[in-house]
Amino acid sequence: MDREYVRDMFRAMLKARLLESKLSSLYKAGKIVGGVYLGKGQEAVSAALGASLVKGRDIFAPLIRDQAGRTAFGEPLIDCTRTYLGSVLGPMKGRDGNIHRGRPLDGMPAMISHLGAQVPLVGGMLMARRLKGCLDGVVGATCVGDGATSTGAFHEGVNMVAVERLPMVVVVSNNQFAYSTPNDRQFACEDLLDRAKGYGLGGHAVDGTDPLACARVIGRAVALARGGAGPQMVVARLLRLSGHGEHDDGSYVPGDLRGSSLGRDCLENGIVQMIDAGFSTVEEIEAWQLEYADEVQAAVAQAQQEPTPDPWHEDWRACSVELGGKAI
Amino acid sequence: MSVTYVDAIREAQETLLREDPRVFLYGQDISKFGGAFKATKGLAEAFPGRVLDSPISEDAMIGMAVGAAIEGMRPIVEMQFADFSSVAFNQIVNQAATHYYRTGVPVPLTVRLPSGGTPGSGPFHSQSMEAIYAHYPGLVVVTPATVADAYHMLIDAVAMDDPVVYCEHKFLYRWLKAPRINGDGLPIGKARITRPGKHATVVAYSAMVHEAVRAAERLRDEGGWEIEVVDLRSVKPLDMDTVLASVSRTGRLLALGEAFPWGGVTAEVVARVCAEGFHLLDAPPRRLNSRDTPVPYHPKLWAAHRPTPESICIALRELLSF
Repeated sequence: MDREYVRDMFRAMLKARLLESKLSSLYKAGKIVGGVYLGKGQEAVSAALGASLVKGRDIFAPLIRDQAGRTAFGEPLIDCTRTYLGSVLGPMKGRDGNIHRGRPLDGMPAMISHLGAQVPLVGGMLMARRLKGCLDGVVGATCVGDGATSTGAFHEGVNMVAVERLPMVVVVSNNQFAYSTPNDRQFACEDLLDRAKGYGLGGHAVDGTDPLACARVIGRAVALARGGAGPQMVVARLLRLSGHGEHDDGSYVPGDLRGSSLGRDCLENGIVQMIDAGFSTVEEIEAWQLEYADEVQAAVAQAQQEPTPDPWHEDWRACSVELGGKAI
Repeated sequence: MSVTYVDAIREAQETLLREDPRVFLYGQDISKFGGAFKATKGLAEAFPGRVLDSPISEDAMIGMAVGAAIEGMRPIVEMQFADFSSVAFNQIVNQAATHYYRTGVPVPLTVRLPSGGTPGSGPFHSQSMEAIYAHYPGLVVVTPATVADAYHMLIDAVAMDDPVVYCEHKFLYRWLKAPRINGDGLPIGKARITRPGKHATVVAYSAMVHEAVRAAERLRDEGGWEIEVVDLRSVKPLDMDTVLASVSRTGRLLALGEAFPWGGVTAEVVARVCAEGFHLLDAPPRRLNSRDTPVPYHPKLWAAHRPTPESICIALRELLSF
């Protein structure tokens, strides 16, 4: 396994956890308006994907629990803190918040709340590259949860991507609950992975609590798509270690599930794995923790000091063009 | 030789494909088959790889096109029928329409909606969806009523950086002909005085422009009435300058549309005229729309469901006699 890939992935996991812990505190202190949605417990899956993509070449459409993947892909922390804290200097300028952010021209579209909708969107970004003759070596990827697999948009999108045989990777993090709804009220098939075959996608299962397994399996799925093997689906099993959002205590998650192997913390696992595999040392990881805590602090402080949107100076136009000298 | 409305749509797409490498077409049965209405006939052969058949997945079709537009392409998506765009509603109003405001990146997407009723097409192949889409910020909605507009407004729609919902009327496809594709150079956002008059204004769009003209001719023959017909051309934006100027000349307004009567374009026109030009009105403004049921299948029911020259004349006589 590529040492730098695993180290990149792990560092993104660590940074995302530190950032999200801070966001949670800010929310609880009333400093963030709207929701805060954490990827706690899903960092390994998300970062394994983000770290296997190349910003400037690939496309990554993150979803609600992809802080680690965003960080691994190269989204600066300040984009996150500015969006959560409503800085007008952020990528969404206060017009959208929290995880609904992106930089489409950098290959990272901004998610809408409607699940499954980013699957065909990424497919279309890849189609554009194909039509322009620059698809070679490019991969597009998006993440969804178990709940999104029940949507028509997901089905239509995955099917379309398969029909076009696009170099796309769809990562399904089955975290057992879609908000509060458990798997047995969400789908009736034995394993979501079975759907990959039904759609005509390559299928890969992985233990989402095991970072090295995520690196191996997701890295391989991305390599397959990049190498021309067509679209791939990864289904990761894990447990969401937070509520749906920070407003939700997740009390509907049974205690025995929390105590099961699904409920293991991928970051704690990752620390042990990094040291055991010789990818890092205790000292290095501690140094990263200190460095990233400072980075998080700085990104929060900067965003907090920045101007918020001014409704009197807001450009209240939903279309870019004017017709007859008037906004549409 | 003459050019039909659907010929003009095909011609426009051929021109666009020929002149702009960013343009591609995506839709059901549009490739070798040439589309359910033959609006893309021969284009797949002429432009290999740029006229693509989609699966029956309206949501994914628009999602795909938005993604391609973000990447700099100019996709034209053909919905086989406007009615089926309800399946793509989410991608149109939440993904495409919000994108510029949210991210600053415009989405130059054109969605062609074969709209409106034809005899026998029934509840699910006859709908007029323009008001639904016009409701959402971030979308431009056009409703060409002439052969020349069918051509030029499609060219203009694709040239726009924002998503355009292009509502083409199926009833006009082959019935409406012109000797050639002329144009008067009106841009999207400008209405046209189709027929000048001084006694009442009918504001219409799409196929209803022609029904309004027929009604106007009858009333001229019947009593010498001079009815002005305004073709909105685009329902978003609404050219209120032209509408208000017309109402100022006539003092009377009938807003005419084929869509369902609750809300919609005619309600918007009447509301705006009342708010912005109440003093211009000599009579209460009227609206005439389809009946408030799904569009019926049987030609006899269908013909009585939508406004007809007869029902338009009745509405106008009441308006004129106030």
